[in-house]
Amino acid sequence: MTAGVVVVGAGPAGLSAAAELCRLGVGPVLVADRESEAGGVPRHSWHTGYGLRDLHRVMTGPAYARSLVSVASSAGAELRTDATVTGWSTGPDGSHTVTVTSPAGPETVQATAVLLATGCRERPRTARLVPGDRPAGVMTTGELQQRVYLGGERLAGRALVVGAEHVSFSAAMTLAHAGADVVALVTEYERQQSYAAFRLGAAVRWRVPVWTSCAVRRIAGRGRLEGVEVADVRTGVARFVPCEVVVFTGDWIPDHELARLAGLAMDPGTRGPAVDTTLATSAPGVFAAGNLVHAAETADVAALSGRHAARHIAAALAAGSPGSPGSLGSPGSPGSPGSGPPAVRLPVLVEPPLRWISPNMVGGSGPPPPLGRFVLRSADFRRTVRLEVRQDGRLLARSRPARLIPGRPVHLDAAWLPRVDPAGGPVRITTGTLP
Amino acid sequence: MTRPPADVVIIGAGVVGTAIARTLAAYSLDLVLVDAAGDVGAGTSKANTAILHTGFDAKPGSLESRLLSRGSGLLRSYASAARIPVERTGALLVAWTPDQVAALPLIGENARRNGYRAVRPLAAAELYAREPALGPGALGGLEVPDESIICPWTTPLAFATEAVGAGVRLLLSARVTGVAAVGDVHELATTRGPVRCRWVVNAAGLGSDEVDRMFGGDGFTIRPRRGELIVFDKLARTLLRSILLPVPTARTKGVLVAPTVYGNVLLGPTAEDVPDRSDTATTAAGLRSLLAAGRRILPGLAEEEVTSTYAGLRAATEHADYQIRVDASRRYACAGGIRSTGLSASLGIAEHVAGLLDEAGLELKPRPGFAVSPPVMPYIGEAGVRPYQDAATIAADPAYGQIVCHCERVTRGEIRDALAGPVPPADPGGLRRRTRAGNGRCQGFYCGAAVSRLLSAAGVGTGPGAP
Repeated sequence: MTAGVVVVGAGPAGLSAAAELCRLGVGPVLVADRESEAGGVPRHSWHTGYGLRDLHRVMTGPAYARSLVSVASSAGAELRTDATVTGWSTGPDGSHTVTVTSPAGPETVQATAVLLATGCRERPRTARLVPGDRPAGVMTTGELQQRVYLGGERLAGRALVVGAEHVSFSAAMTLAHAGADVVALVTEYERQQSYAAFRLGAAVRWRVPVWTSCAVRRIAGRGRLEGVEVADVRTGVARFVPCEVVVFTGDWIPDHELARLAGLAMDPGTRGPAVDTTLATSAPGVFAAGNLVHAAETADVAALSGRHAARHIAAALAAGSPGSPGSLGSPGSPGSPGSGPPAVRLPVLVEPPLRWISPNMVGGSGPPPPLGRFVLRSADFRRTVRLEVRQDGRLLARSRPARLIPGRPVHLDAAWLPRVDPAGGPVRITTGTLP
Repeated sequence: MTRPPADVVIIGAGVVGTAIARTLAAYSLDLVLVDAAGDVGAGTSKANTAILHTGFDAKPGSLESRLLSRGSGLLRSYASAARIPVERTGALLVAWTPDQVAALPLIGENARRNGYRAVRPLAAAELYAREPALGPGALGGLEVPDESIICPWTTPLAFATEAVGAGVRLLLSARVTGVAAVGDVHELATTRGPVRCRWVVNAAGLGSDEVDRMFGGDGFTIRPRRGELIVFDKLARTLLRSILLPVPTARTKGVLVAPTVYGNVLLGPTAEDVPDRSDTATTAAGLRSLLAAGRRILPGLAEEEVTSTYAGLRAATEHADYQIRVDASRRYACAGGIRSTGLSASLGIAEHVAGLLDEAGLELKPRPGFAVSPPVMPYIGEAGVRPYQDAATIAADPAYGQIVCHCERVTRGEIRDALAGPVPPADPGGLRRRTRAGNGRCQGFYCGAAVSRLLSAAGVGTGPGAP
């Protein structure tokens, strides 16, 4: 078949992008998702708080997922589930041939543009190099939620949660809902990273303590989990904590396999494809949105990222045939100033304790990023800092005072973009302290 | 009514025991294959470096050298008929120090004495031409073009499938706890009841010395040697083409980096003597030392994600060679002390054991109407065509187009087939070894719950993140 745009991934970003593409008259739009049901992670995340920024009402994850599916479908997007992208090649004319494999067999789809919205996942225990035995009972929040909310499983016994950010408290709630007795949340940081209200809710309702400055050093149990060794990271003193379930939460990594196999330039910080403020990647006609480029923001932020990419895909398709890297518009027809893709792509680099920034490529005249701001992550706590934006030593901007908390977003207003010298070097973000 | 005693009971359904079972199954014999574990190939056979060795580095003149040379050839042919994934990647021994360079000619000479003549020296420039991602500082090497990578899980499964198809009774979760002689019949006590037989073959791996003592042997003691390994993400696969072997010296054995038939990269093993025969835990120190070694051999590994880590126990003994012998008076054969070459040598060991039994008086009469033909196994390698890649297979049955495990691209059809197979899995780990479901980078984030539901529906014991 032929599609204007193939969207890979029917989570919040992909579905929102598809709906927006249809609304803007770009079509046909095919959304391929490898799961049996569209909706992405919110399908199995039963707490409320979804939809705030994009749909302007608050609902549970599954209701939000259904809502996004319904909006994309009624806008005219074709949603395919059980459909995995298993092949992808780009022709000399810049058009894309995507192979989608499903129970109907492999099918090739011709598309002018591809939007990658493949999301992110949590690093499992193995990738975190936690040593010990390999018993049952060790999982990520993603698996836990699917077992409990999609599979209706009960989990009796004691449970330990590794991490103390939002998703960790969500895992604790899921465990409690499934009948487990949550012993504690364990974090290597010296304090937890969730919002006060969220934390209070968990602590008051289920009296879950947070063990700070602690790390899981070993998993024990042959066959079934018997417990874990938890060590104080400052003193090294370890103790054995008996439990039947341990959930590794957070520590997100984008699902970047397709992006990497396609040879897209990758950002070393986000580990997703490097994207400019239009969310264009290094390959012509290929865009990336959602938690593939910022793992992990909330679902509504991912949705708005998808919508943002859709608008720029539509603009690029309207501007002409595929051309220069990162754009669909030919160099001769750049589109209106401020809406077309940046003419050049300069990397935006962050320095510790900052871990990444998204988007991470900027140009001289490019449009602002989603929501008019960049999003960053820090590897460490900082009470009050100003982010400083420099190019070749020249200060472009200094942010308002911000607090850095690992696993939580830090935002940087994009008003400095026009001050970037397209002929200059990379843009660097550092943390200056307050005078 | 009691069953007449079996002709032969084989204790141990690892790669050696299953190979012996399928080899003896060609004869008119009533055979029983017992194992303490709930699955075949669930001990040392499942956790090793997954290399099909040529035996170039064996001790010349040893039994291991002979059976390795014979067995690896037999297994190559068998694997191709049974669709066991094998890739002839070749191996490069990489020398990093002058004393390792000095050891290379001896290794080449040793290979020739083992009857392997294709070894050839490589200058540093040739090494880097073949393996551009190799870390700096390699001084030279040796090429062993026939070293191959193999699927260590499909191999014992294929042997067991063939044996079961030929009428061998498979008795799992049956630990042998003792033996009594009643006339010319052995009465084995197992955790699943007594089993009577005329002959016993001991292929009990890590427990082979204990079984040997039950039959009056005291020739060897298993000293389990633990090897920890790290499996890197498939995105690391482009970093290398061949198996990169260390050059063993008196001071250190070194670790290898190898592609796997599933498209990953394997780094390991450590070598640590442990007292506990079931201690397959990984350690912080072990993983740390592997990563340090891996960074030197292939610096690009440091940028890639780790998919999994595991440890296996080699059945080392105080002897350098295999402990294979037959005691005709007790109607007992022992195939013990098979350290780390058991997979490659398995069919050679089986042939040798069958020969010893024949000499000792076990009547080996060809089974009438029995044609030797390896079973065609579900293909789980990357070099060939998997079900999800095959339009005709999906058209015939859409379940082969429904991918359940996304990281490894395992379909519902393959999982269904494994659960209904002649040697079905007993737990999620067994399903992983048959299909790869759950073996990928997400370790169950996406498919753990769905795979678990398919297992439960088939009545297989599961639990959250079960092994």
